[in-house]
Amino acid sequence: MENKTVAVSLKNITKRFGSVVASDNVSMDIYRGEILAILGENGSGKTTLMNMISGIYFPDEGTIEVNGKETVIRSPRDAINLGIGMIHQHFKLVDVLTAAENIVLGLEGRLNLKEASRKIREICDAYGFDVDPSQKIYDMSVSQKQTVEIVKVLYRGADILILDEPTAVLTPQETEKLFAVLRNMRESGKAIVIITHKMHEVEELSDRVVILRRGKYAGQKATKDTDAQEMTNMMVGRSVELNIKRPEPVAPKPRLEVKDLTVRSEEGIVKLDHVSFTANSGEILGVAGISGSGQKELLEAIAGLQPVETGSVTYIEDDGRREELIGKDPLEIANMGVALSFVPEDRLGMGLVGSMDLNDNMMLRSFREGHSPFTDRKTPHHVAESVVEELQVRTPSLETPVSRLSGGNVQKVLVGREITSAPSVLLTAYAVRGLDINSSYTIYDLINRQKQAGVAVIYVGEDLDVLLELADRILVLCGGKVSGIIPGRSALKQEVGLMMTRMGGSNGEQKDA
Amino acid sequence: MNKKTREPLFHITKRVNIPRWLPMAVRLSAIVMALLVCALISVLLTGENPLSIYGTILSGSFGSTRKTWVTLQNVAMLLIISLAVTPAFRMRFWNVGGEGQTLAGCLAAAACMICLRDVMPSWLLMICMFIASLAAGGLWGFIPAFFKAKWGTNETLFTLMMNYIATQLVAYFCVVWESPKGSGQIGVINQKTEMGWLPVVGGQRYLLPVLVAVALCAAMYIYLTFSKHGFEISVVGESERTAHYVGIKVEKVIMRTMILSGAVCGLAGLLLVGSVNHTLTTTLVGGRGFTAVMVSWLAKFNPIWMIVTSFLIVVLERGASEISTNFGLNKSFSDILTGIILFFIIGSEFFIRYKVNFRHAAEAEKEAKR
Repeated sequence: MENKTVAVSLKNITKRFGSVVASDNVSMDIYRGEILAILGENGSGKTTLMNMISGIYFPDEGTIEVNGKETVIRSPRDAINLGIGMIHQHFKLVDVLTAAENIVLGLEGRLNLKEASRKIREICDAYGFDVDPSQKIYDMSVSQKQTVEIVKVLYRGADILILDEPTAVLTPQETEKLFAVLRNMRESGKAIVIITHKMHEVEELSDRVVILRRGKYAGQKATKDTDAQEMTNMMVGRSVELNIKRPEPVAPKPRLEVKDLTVRSEEGIVKLDHVSFTANSGEILGVAGISGSGQKELLEAIAGLQPVETGSVTYIEDDGRREELIGKDPLEIANMGVALSFVPEDRLGMGLVGSMDLNDNMMLRSFREGHSPFTDRKTPHHVAESVVEELQVRTPSLETPVSRLSGGNVQKVLVGREITSAPSVLLTAYAVRGLDINSSYTIYDLINRQKQAGVAVIYVGEDLDVLLELADRILVLCGGKVSGIIPGRSALKQEVGLMMTRMGGSNGEQKDA
Repeated sequence: MNKKTREPLFHITKRVNIPRWLPMAVRLSAIVMALLVCALISVLLTGENPLSIYGTILSGSFGSTRKTWVTLQNVAMLLIISLAVTPAFRMRFWNVGGEGQTLAGCLAAAACMICLRDVMPSWLLMICMFIASLAAGGLWGFIPAFFKAKWGTNETLFTLMMNYIATQLVAYFCVVWESPKGSGQIGVINQKTEMGWLPVVGGQRYLLPVLVAVALCAAMYIYLTFSKHGFEISVVGESERTAHYVGIKVEKVIMRTMILSGAVCGLAGLLLVGSVNHTLTTTLVGGRGFTAVMVSWLAKFNPIWMIVTSFLIVVLERGASEISTNFGLNKSFSDILTGIILFFIIGSEFFIRYKVNFRHAAEAEKEAKR
């Protein structure tokens, strides 16, 4: 490490939000020609720390040195002038403009798109990006948009790049491509920082890891000298077991039968194309697919939230009675006695009300109960108490608005509420997105317990490694069609990855479980 | 390399845990500061003693028993209309049509008093007036809600336009029912028979609106805070997607709530015609439908706090007009003072949600730690 030069050096950085100390006296260095991974649980201050380097927040205490000189970064513009660029989780692109237009947007000087396009191609060639400068953003896939974001900061002369969970939205193949590009950038002497939750990515890509725990610096390691177990223990501060259990299905029998389900979006685009499958009780059916392949529409159609063009969703009760769910809204489905729980992707936009406290959010599902015109506040309060206790939700009080909780705790509240109603079908969309390892394992455990209680679980996930470890069967969606349903115990990651991008996988043959 | 000159002068942070006392403390200090600035401006522009100006504000509102009752009646009417628009606001339905909904109620009440006075006894007439004004106000609220729920029209524009329709309708009927002929005005309705005049409670003409306002305030607080409807309104307001997800029929809630909102405005209209004024003019509501928006907003849509905010606004307005007459200033001066005070109150909301950290303060803190 002696031959490496320090790009950014943080000295005793502290940042408070009200009484919460998001970064607590953190000191660390970022080197050129190195990929640094920053690891930490939710709320451990990873993003806050990086936001201070990129000029979004201003530290309350401490100093930042860039290239050995003490500097003050007041705005993202200051940061980019120092060569620091950050790629955020949520892209900040104008949909109706082209890649080149987005890249030059906000730059001073005369607008010369031709010259800009030439420079963009140069950057692309140098690092192996694949961007067409004249393509409109709305025509692009998520990974292409991300590439534009990266090129944008490189175009502005950044040589210190910070990527906040860049792989959360990518397929395994796209992730590989991104990693190749990042390695190229490292070879050319740039400093790369990536924030991630996925251990195997840290191991695969990074040279060094810095671990944060509850805002504090918890140590650093050269990646080759450590392993997932050790890093997790450092993150959590104690020893954690890193295995997802997969108990055998309990007396599986058909619970939910989906037949020829076809859904169009409001714009008339086919989102689901004759999707058919059966979900069994006591079993986890994993759903894999590139984001936007119809997962959201599938779950929402079953839950009665999405108008359906054709097809049927039949709920089969224990005694063999069959109920059709299509054409009914969530209230009618519940009134039929179908205990359907749904953990949607958009937790605060759909599953919960951010500005309401834990009690009121528990009440969302149950407030109609009873004949009184007034709401019963006692029962939801007890539910909230037991969810907080059982799932170890970290919250100042039950009267705290859920939007103030960290992502993992928000998810625990949502999953906790959905499980409380003793469902017979549990739909989950990206249940662990953005959650740290510890919270993720809590959620897997909860889902497994539901499965063992005989619930039919449909688990839409994005982390293939997890799907392969957790699901009994995996349904792979590709462009709204069922690309195949394969048994989870024998499925291979590469095989699923190919099925996600091509119908039926590499050799085109349809496999059935 | 001089660090001090490069650190920003101040930076703004969002307050995370807002202590209970803080919002009220900030608002109170805003009012105090507003009064100081008002005093300064009064002295600079008029040379009058600011204390005597503030004295005049108070005596303008509470100087005599009659003045006090007029103030209370004004507070009551403003409070009722503010309470009326509040359920819609809680639902994030920006109902700026309180004016029109109230006027529709006024028109319906007056229509009953004029058209039905010869065919039924007074008590039955009052029941008809009650039903008609609530229905008229409710209808005025329902129309924009229906279009919003079915076709997603903009409720702010729609309710605003409905105000003008109501005003024009009233203008038309003022001519139809004019009395005496040719005056273009209605005058006092049923002055001799007092048909359809709501009863005078406790010997005080203005007591009835005050009592109605107090009862309504309590009822609205309970409805919004503890009822299932109130909960549905909050959920729809926060996120329609969440409401949909938990099986709340969003369209139904929007329409139901706006009918309620309009009907309570209609009740205010009934009181204005049947109890307070006994006449109908296009300016009968007097902008209260718009002031109500501010009252409701300043109270953070909390019915109990609306008693305070409506009081504040009415006292300011009445006091300010008293100043203009007493000191021989024109009416604009009172508007200036009201403007300054509202500016401070509304501006203070920023300081409740955000904290401004000054550089020297931050450094002093650091020093103190060492």
